[in-house]
Amino acid sequence: MDIVVLVKQVPDTESLIQIAGDGVSIKTDDLKWVINPYDEFAVEEALRIREAQGGTVTILSMGPAKTVEAIRTALAMGADKGIHINDPIAEGSDSLGISKLLAAVLKKIPFDLIIAGMRAVDGDNYQVASAVAEFLGIPQITQVTKQEITGKKIRLNQVVEGGVAVIEADLPVLFTAQRGLNEPRYASLPGIMKAKKKPLEIKTVGDLGVDAGQVGVKNRKVKIAALKLPPTRKSVMMIKGEDPAALAANLVHKLHEEAKVI
Amino acid sequence: MKKSAVAEYGISKKEMKMGQGIFVITEQREGAFRKVSYEALSEGRRLADVKKCGLTAIIAGPGAEKMAPTLEKYGPDKVLVADDPLLTEYTTDAYTDVVAGAVKAQNPELVIIGASILGKDLSARLAARLDAGLAMDCVAIRVENSEFIFTRPMYGGKILSDVKIDGTPKMVAIRPNVFTISETPRSVVLEKITVSAGQARTNVVERKLESADKIELTEADIIVSGGRGTGGNFTHIEELSKILGAAVGASRTAVDEGWRRHSDQVGQTGKVVSPTLYIACGISGAIQHLAGMSTSKFIVAINKDPEAPIFQKADYGVVGDLFQVLPAIIDEVKKLK
Repeated sequence: MDIVVLVKQVPDTESLIQIAGDGVSIKTDDLKWVINPYDEFAVEEALRIREAQGGTVTILSMGPAKTVEAIRTALAMGADKGIHINDPIAEGSDSLGISKLLAAVLKKIPFDLIIAGMRAVDGDNYQVASAVAEFLGIPQITQVTKQEITGKKIRLNQVVEGGVAVIEADLPVLFTAQRGLNEPRYASLPGIMKAKKKPLEIKTVGDLGVDAGQVGVKNRKVKIAALKLPPTRKSVMMIKGEDPAALAANLVHKLHEEAKVI
Repeated sequence: MKKSAVAEYGISKKEMKMGQGIFVITEQREGAFRKVSYEALSEGRRLADVKKCGLTAIIAGPGAEKMAPTLEKYGPDKVLVADDPLLTEYTTDAYTDVVAGAVKAQNPELVIIGASILGKDLSARLAARLDAGLAMDCVAIRVENSEFIFTRPMYGGKILSDVKIDGTPKMVAIRPNVFTISETPRSVVLEKITVSAGQARTNVVERKLESADKIELTEADIIVSGGRGTGGNFTHIEELSKILGAAVGASRTAVDEGWRRHSDQVGQTGKVVSPTLYIACGISGAIQHLAGMSTSKFIVAINKDPEAPIFQKADYGVVGDLFQVLPAIIDEVKKLK
């Protein structure tokens, strides 16, 4: 079973995000960068499948030089090798551009299964995994909380509004990991040592044969015009009251009469 | 258009091929539309009036034709129905084939879809199929100099991004519960379309749905949420939710502790919600939680710790023990009913 996991490096979710001087990007100096939390579920699931069935787990990621830290973390968790698309030409690509590059790599390597996080918590686009599946012409199953492979068949639980759909398909497929799929392991110290020696290939846009006119910030279809902070709320009104009953009465009165929401 | 006109008005051939009109993809389950479909249509009508163009909606699935009249009051000029047993269960393959075919035939400028779970699945695949730019999970759309500008949260809502989309069709998936539903009835042209869905490669073998009266977090008008301060006891939260007709949410701590299911989690690594009223009980207000609920219209925070960061994001704050305050609130709400 050859499994490829799509990984993105993102700012830690506890980070304070600030807008940079250009008004269309964020300040990156003080950020702590981590593997996208949903991609950790994807890596963990790939490792569990390999442990049960044998095979390989390849980490595929696109981003600037520092992205290598995220790939090494996944290798330290136990993945076998990494592929890193690192090319200034590709920087700032939108979801479609990134997907074209990832798909170009995948067209040249064997795989039975591709796993990705259900979304990256920076751009919140929910798009790359589905677009990669489309460009490869394979089925997608998004927001998966459980999977089971028997031979060439895969059975998955997909989260839908109000419950779960149980879905079957033949491999190869791409599925995206939703919270609940597993609890990702931590990289062990020996794992971290071993990761340093694991193979890591660097690819450029030229290597992949993708038209440079399809990627990069200039060729985005979705163009960021401006970033802004969410509107601030009026300062909080602290409810007064001598005891819980008075607090409750005053709060409910405000919600009913002033906000008119109950 | 003749070459001379192209030269005279400076209209490029590319622009001549640009799409026109607005196209709304509705979502239904077992004969009932999702609320976000009405939100998408109402917004589509508003934008069509601004752009002075037509509004087309598509309904896919068995019984689509019977459902079409329900849409009339939200203002489409035309409703396409793709009524086919192949579309009984949602599969990405079949729905993408059908909707992509319809979009290509209509050649709209803008495609609007609700960013429900299936809406996200379909829109992402469709955007790749159509090579279209997609603004996901938008909270506002405006037109400036006849150009669409889409506002969408990034970094879990810590930042709002205004984006423009090059080329047509442009695609936008709207966040449920944010856009206003308005009724502007008109007579509608109904058009049946022939389905040309290939064999779906995924097979839905079973649907396990929770009780039908459970309110989905992303569609709830009111959410009562609990965090570490509950110590795992959600009894009062559930009772208050029940009388308010609300959904129950949870912080990451409450989920990590195993007190609530993953599907209840609100936050940057959970669900992003926009109810009219969000009541946070025993939730301190970690950045990643705030990211998931900051677009709520009114936020109430109940916490023992007056210094809890949640109070900075709240409209109304109550400092107190939730095990004493919640039962008192329940009594007060009962008096209103």
